[in-house]
Amino acid sequence: MEDMEAKEPRRTGTRLCCLCNQRRAALKRPKTLDQICRECFYEVFEEEIHRVIVDNKLFNPGERIAIGASGGKDSTVLAYVLSELNRRHNYGLDLFLLSVDEGITGYRDDSLETVKRNEVQYGLPLKIVSYKDLYGWTMDEIVKMIGLKNNCTFCGVFRRQALDRGAALLKVDKLVTGHNVDDIAETVLLNILRGDIARLSRCTSITTGEDGPIPRCKPFKYTYEKEIVMYAYFKRLDYFSTECIYSPNAYRGFAREFIKDLERMRPRAILDIIKSGENFRISTSTKMPEQGTCERCGYISSQKWCKACVLLEGLNRGLPKLGIGRSRGLDNGDAKDTRQSSRTKQIESKSCGTLDF
Amino acid sequence: MQLTLEFGGGLELLCDSVKIHNVNVNPENGAAKLIMKDLLAWVRANLIKERPEMFMKGDSVRPGILVLVNDCDWELSGQLDTTLEEKDNVVFISTLHGG
Repeated sequence: MEDMEAKEPRRTGTRLCCLCNQRRAALKRPKTLDQICRECFYEVFEEEIHRVIVDNKLFNPGERIAIGASGGKDSTVLAYVLSELNRRHNYGLDLFLLSVDEGITGYRDDSLETVKRNEVQYGLPLKIVSYKDLYGWTMDEIVKMIGLKNNCTFCGVFRRQALDRGAALLKVDKLVTGHNVDDIAETVLLNILRGDIARLSRCTSITTGEDGPIPRCKPFKYTYEKEIVMYAYFKRLDYFSTECIYSPNAYRGFAREFIKDLERMRPRAILDIIKSGENFRISTSTKMPEQGTCERCGYISSQKWCKACVLLEGLNRGLPKLGIGRSRGLDNGDAKDTRQSSRTKQIESKSCGTLDF
Repeated sequence: MQLTLEFGGGLELLCDSVKIHNVNVNPENGAAKLIMKDLLAWVRANLIKERPEMFMKGDSVRPGILVLVNDCDWELSGQLDTTLEEKDNVVFISTLHGG
């Protein structure tokens, strides 16, 4: 009875890498369930991202590329891998780090220190744009005024635009973000739950905003969060990992937990959600919002004013509820706003705006 | 049994912001060996100071937390059934915090 048990390779160090068959396996890949060693892992991890970049023609030689850098695991690994691949495969890219300072004491100020270290470690020039400079408000000030409800909506809308403005200042051709396959699966589910057909159909695209001034792309579209964190751990990359102090994160949190539960049972489920998202066909009778430009600031908008301008107008007039929920524009009036608020509650806060699509 | 436990990716916040803990854990009730399942129960009782639900779900770690025993993914060594030995190094990293 003891003997039978002893045959089971219980201890680490007994299994060999299924790729090189020489070194001891260090992790199980969620995508393939392969057991591979550290060295082979680095190689397949980096080469898969290279394939995604090449197959989807994400970059052209000579382009200037901004990496949206928060100091967190995803953008840190992205900055590291992209500068590595740029050298190794002669992409001929000029890479920059672009960070947004939302003005959140005890959170963003700390994570920006990480980005400043990354600037030195990877030798990439860093540009920081702040909400205070762009909008006249820090998130600390906004939360003081509006409280802890809907604050993620402000932050998400402002960040999206701040990244575009920063990218314009850097005169880059494209912006890359560290969104990974887990993030995208989560967003597919959330867009289904919200009935947000416009976002559902574009959230799985590897490149978006090609019609706008600065296209965005996601080289980690097929990269598992587990592998990103393992890579950062094995390579001892310097990243920051604290939850935003203002993020209630409830709705997205549930979706995230659901996806992690699925992953434990069947890791492929995450890629399959992406596949489902990609293959949804939007019926032709579904009314899609038309893209135009904001009359006030010129930013892309499907309404008269862009969301950031509406929110900002609310803040500056002391009516922070303006623009919250699905009632849009200024013409709605405040009375209508309050009447609508109960009906639109479920979609009003896009909890935790770091993941904007 | 002497073990080194490391918490990262934000999990250190659950144990007084201390990342590395050198601990002494022994099998209970005369059991011959210590397995990961026992260690998790011990960690929950002795090291986690707040929000234990951020660390555990049922008798395992919360999905989305990576575990490495001597720098090897615990999915290769039997997860909860992994046997621990003297001077082992166990790392817990959350993947659930900000990106």
